[in-house]
Amino acid sequence: MSKKNYKLEAKSLNAYYGNFHALKDINIAMEEKAVTAFIGPSGCGKSTFLRTLNRMNDYIDGFRVEGEILLDNRDIYGKDVRVDELRKEVGMVFQKPNPFPKTIFENVVYGLRIQGIKDKRVLAETAETSLRQTALWDEVKDKLDKSALALSGGQQQRLCIARALAISPSVILMDEPTSALDPISTAKIEELIYELKKDYTIVIVTHNMQQAGRVSDQTAFFYMGELVEFSKTKIMFTSPKHERTQNYITGRFG
Amino acid sequence: MRVQEKIIEGLLWLSAVITILVTVGIIWVLLSESLTFFEEVSIVDFLTDTQWTPLFADKHFGILPLVAGTMLTTAIAIAVALPIGLTIAIYLNTYAPPAFRATIKPMLEILATIPTVVYGFFALTVVTPFLQSFIPNLAGFNSLSAGMVMGIMIIPMISSLSEDAISAVPKSLREGAYGMGATKFQTAFGVLVPAASSGILVSIILAISRAVGETMLVAIAAGQQPRLTANPLVPIETITTYIVQVSLGDVPHGSLEYRTIFAAGLTLFVFTFTLNNISFWIRKKYQEKYD
Amino acid sequence: MTNSELNRLKDKAFQGFGIFCTLIGLVVLAIFLLNILIDGLGRIDWNFLNNLPSRRAERAGIYTAWIGTLWVLVLSSLIAFPLGISAGIYLEEYGKKNRLASFLEVNISNLAGVPSIIYGLLGLEIFARMMALGGSLLAGSLTLALLVLPIIIVTTRESIKAVPRSIRDASYALGASKWQTTWYQVLPASFGGILTGVILALSRAVGEAAPLIVIGALAYVPFAPSSPMDEFTVLPIQIFNWISRPQAAFATNAAAAIIILLFITFMLNGIAVYLRNKWQKKVKW
Repeated sequence: MSKKNYKLEAKSLNAYYGNFHALKDINIAMEEKAVTAFIGPSGCGKSTFLRTLNRMNDYIDGFRVEGEILLDNRDIYGKDVRVDELRKEVGMVFQKPNPFPKTIFENVVYGLRIQGIKDKRVLAETAETSLRQTALWDEVKDKLDKSALALSGGQQQRLCIARALAISPSVILMDEPTSALDPISTAKIEELIYELKKDYTIVIVTHNMQQAGRVSDQTAFFYMGELVEFSKTKIMFTSPKHERTQNYITGRFG
Repeated sequence: MRVQEKIIEGLLWLSAVITILVTVGIIWVLLSESLTFFEEVSIVDFLTDTQWTPLFADKHFGILPLVAGTMLTTAIAIAVALPIGLTIAIYLNTYAPPAFRATIKPMLEILATIPTVVYGFFALTVVTPFLQSFIPNLAGFNSLSAGMVMGIMIIPMISSLSEDAISAVPKSLREGAYGMGATKFQTAFGVLVPAASSGILVSIILAISRAVGETMLVAIAAGQQPRLTANPLVPIETITTYIVQVSLGDVPHGSLEYRTIFAAGLTLFVFTFTLNNISFWIRKKYQEKYD
Repeated sequence: MTNSELNRLKDKAFQGFGIFCTLIGLVVLAIFLLNILIDGLGRIDWNFLNNLPSRRAERAGIYTAWIGTLWVLVLSSLIAFPLGISAGIYLEEYGKKNRLASFLEVNISNLAGVPSIIYGLLGLEIFARMMALGGSLLAGSLTLALLVLPIIIVTTRESIKAVPRSIRDASYALGASKWQTTWYQVLPASFGGILTGVILALSRAVGEAAPLIVIGALAYVPFAPSSPMDEFTVLPIQIFNWISRPQAAFATNAAAAIIILLFITFMLNGIAVYLRNKWQKKVKW
């Protein structure tokens, strides 16, 4: 057992796509109600690692995992763990906004609907709360029955976050959530992350060094499937221990 | 929840597996009736006798006349459809303006959607009289007119599959040829057609398979006289027509005559099954090469 | 003439030949349709649609035939759609790329190439005889259902394949199970494509005569069928029957019935094309 109670921990984690060794002996512990950023060049394994945290890679042929990932000290790859229950606990937001081709309202309550919740009041209340949390309520409250695809890219991404919040997870995974957005929408999402970390544990993959610096409390640098360095963001960005981290952060490669 | 998921997956699996049962069913039905047939008729006679007269008093069970009839109509159909279909494919791909191609392709597809009884009517009442005006000894039922109309019917099969194959040729090859000053004609026949040859071959094989199995058109226009001949001007009978002919009559179930249609069906199935598998095999090989 | 002039001439000549070939099929089609219209259009009236078959050409109608066609379409749809769509879903969403899946794929592509008359022999032996359904609507519909199954499976798979991965990811990430994701997201998103395939399958079934003749559908049915166990005829068989008769008046009847059959076929295909275009425009990811 670890001394401190971490929210998410990986212990000797190895992952493979067929013969390709994608993650090599990852050990990391993430604190509760904090933002952890994963950085590193393309193909370094940061997204793969993020997707093992809610087992999104389960559907990929030939993907397998060794080692443990502990959520609240429980191995999420354990035999008794049900993937749908895990994903209610660990929400996810993707690189490109991917709202369902349905109404705004149906997007937000989708997670509840598939849990079999039919009570209209519960659905309406949850939708409003989630949309308020993502500062989207005032923008969309009059067009909840309009297609989500009519929203702007930034609004769509905040809708996707609201959708994830609606099933009240404790962890939110974000896979480069602003890479497809303009600077103004990006700023709004970053503000949102800052707000959300009061209640949620957030893990964010980003290509943008400044973003990692702005939003995260701790940063992990991945390279070629290995976790090179993991520390407080401030320390990582001012005095990285490894030369490779330094080079990446200062933009000398990647 | 979990149980429900499993049940649904089971039902979906069952639906997919039913397709195997269909294949098994076809093979079993054809084989079991044919085996009984071959207890009474020697398989050597079946394959070598040159007469097919199961419905007459003097019974002969040689499948060759039916096979010959089938081959003849198929050969005529391919002789019409291959040059025209391939030319269309090359023309649409390298010469035609995109807007023209976009209009013409769906119009050609109409040819493939028309029911085959309708083509039979056309062959019998329009094409045969028209051909008779300059081939006076052309019989009212003949393989020439049926084959030609079948050729028109399968043009879209050859043209669209071949066009797909030609489109799939890497752009660099085409540009390489143009870059050396080749005309479109030279590029098409010197580079594109050879490079797309396996795809074009697949389209031809599938067209043959389609022509071999075609029923109503030949039943209406090509006649019902089993005859071992290569003469396109006289009535013949195809394997498929024979099956229809027996089905329309009053042949008692369980009789030898009844079983002849399964023996004929088995022969037909062997042809189309072989052709389809060759085309599937070529396609697999070809995909591996380019992907 | 120089070599390059000769080449350019060849190029032009082939271009001309290309236009000729492209148009010849369409010209033949046009001649043919015109011919049928001239022959048959005058014969179509209310009585033609509502009369029972008759030995006298001018009194014969296609009532039993089109009612039979309608029955066959409805019954074979009820059988083939759930089966075909389910099989398509299994192969695309569930069937891992294992041996069974690749075998199923070869098998379905083979079934698609089996001549329709062979399905007739299957139907004759299994449905008409072993299940003792005889030459009934049900036997005919089961036979045609199997015949169009490959078309439905293939189009279902293609439509499902076109649904982007990101939609499935989003659904899974919210805790949805495989079936929930398929039912709430994948199927609605691929609905247009599946519907198109289904209608194309119908248009194929509506023109089939051979397999139905083999299972024992009759050309002469004095009354319109009223239950799945009744004997029946369909438009293509009625047309075939009329074509086979020597009297010219029956050829006119055949032409008239062909107009009706082509109208149904073209309408189904038109709807399919319309739906495909509509869905392609609407769904932008």
